[in-house]
Amino acid sequence: MLKTRIIPCLDVADGRVVKGVNFVDLVDAGDPVAAAAAYDAAGADELCFLDIHATHENRGTMFDLVTRTAEQCFIPLTVGGGVRTPHDVRDLLLAGADKVSFNSAAVADPDVVAQAADRFGSQCIVCAIDAKTVAPGRWEIFTHGGRKPTGIDAVEFARTVAARGAGEILLTSMDRDGTRAGFNLPLTRAIADAVDIPVIASGGVGTLDHLVEGVTEGHASAVLAASIFHFGTYTIGEAKAHMAAAGIPMRMA
Amino acid sequence: MRVAIIDYDSGNLHSAEKAVALVGRDRGAEVAVTSDPAAVARADRIVLPGDGAFPACRAAFDAVPGMMEVLSEAVLRRGVPFLGICVGMQMLADEGLEYRPTPGFGWIGGRVERITPADPALKVPHMGWNDLQVRRPHPILAGIPEAAHAYFVHSWQFRVADPADLVASVDYGGPVTAVVARDNIVGLQFHPEKSQRAGLQMLGNFLDWRP
Repeated sequence: MLKTRIIPCLDVADGRVVKGVNFVDLVDAGDPVAAAAAYDAAGADELCFLDIHATHENRGTMFDLVTRTAEQCFIPLTVGGGVRTPHDVRDLLLAGADKVSFNSAAVADPDVVAQAADRFGSQCIVCAIDAKTVAPGRWEIFTHGGRKPTGIDAVEFARTVAARGAGEILLTSMDRDGTRAGFNLPLTRAIADAVDIPVIASGGVGTLDHLVEGVTEGHASAVLAASIFHFGTYTIGEAKAHMAAAGIPMRMA
Repeated sequence: MRVAIIDYDSGNLHSAEKAVALVGRDRGAEVAVTSDPAAVARADRIVLPGDGAFPACRAAFDAVPGMMEVLSEAVLRRGVPFLGICVGMQMLADEGLEYRPTPGFGWIGGRVERITPADPALKVPHMGWNDLQVRRPHPILAGIPEAAHAYFVHSWQFRVADPADLVASVDYGGPVTAVVARDNIVGLQFHPEKSQRAGLQMLGNFLDWRP
């Protein structure tokens, strides 16, 4: 049986982890490679690196990080942030990423998803969608870290990128991100039910029950969280045990 | 021991290379990613990775001059152990049906068909960790615990013609082929290079295999 995935996400800027990572035995908690190795050992199902200040100048730093992570971590690694063209996808795949995530570039031109999927396969193309509630039951895409409204309906956009060949959607609720109030469940469910591809729920996790709800009520195939793991509030093992106890199939280490 | 990982400009070779290099280190193996048929001809073990659509992978493979001839000679005539991963495994089939019917190598009988889970709520691609149901023992699975998890990401699956070629499957709204094997040829639908300890163990088993 396929297991529900738990994906810790590391926000990276200039080669360093931005939000703190609190692991016993971790000498340099700011080093994304060390943090990634610790999560691999802890039983994370995948990892996500988000380059939050992706600029042309610091791309080399990110490639180096991805390469060093791939040498030590034998679980899938998704890299996002500043990915604009199929060429960017290729560079990250060659550095050692397993999946690459488009965000603003796909909003500007969903065809870039098709171009990348045709060339590299849907299996490695993730489309990140940042959505905000604009009316009850209506969500709009925002870009540039949630600052810029686009007028695009999030559910429609999810259908569009799925049809263009995205293999997975990483859905972040901008209303909930950083609040620890739980996923935006109506949004998550609306998008997960609208597309055939897996949806990763993101934004707002504060408790282990939130992870459970993302799957049972949000219909997500995977759950992504940052703070609750980075700050050591919960371990990956505790999260998996809690979700398994709620009846969700999990891969136990 | 020389291990050749065939580079035909498909998908992510870096992960496969790093994982094979790691298990090869203890075995004194020399691991090379190569698109040179001469290097493949000299290899003691051959790995064919693959990511992407079947027709694109087949076309990219055929675009390497002389590779098919060298590979057939090594694997079919000289019995060099061969490992196909993901689409590299699917290409062992007679035919792939993704987008349009495309011939495979025809080394293991069967066709590559779309995954159609009995439960419509199950998403395609089949993406994530699934536990292996072993149908028959095989050296590639030596030391792998029962119901070990492996990492899958695919929308198409290899339906073998002869059930004897099926080594392991997983359940995803019905059985989905996970491991196929015949003679000196083995294919893994999942990514051993992304399947943590169990995956590394299988790659080590492949290097140790004396079919």
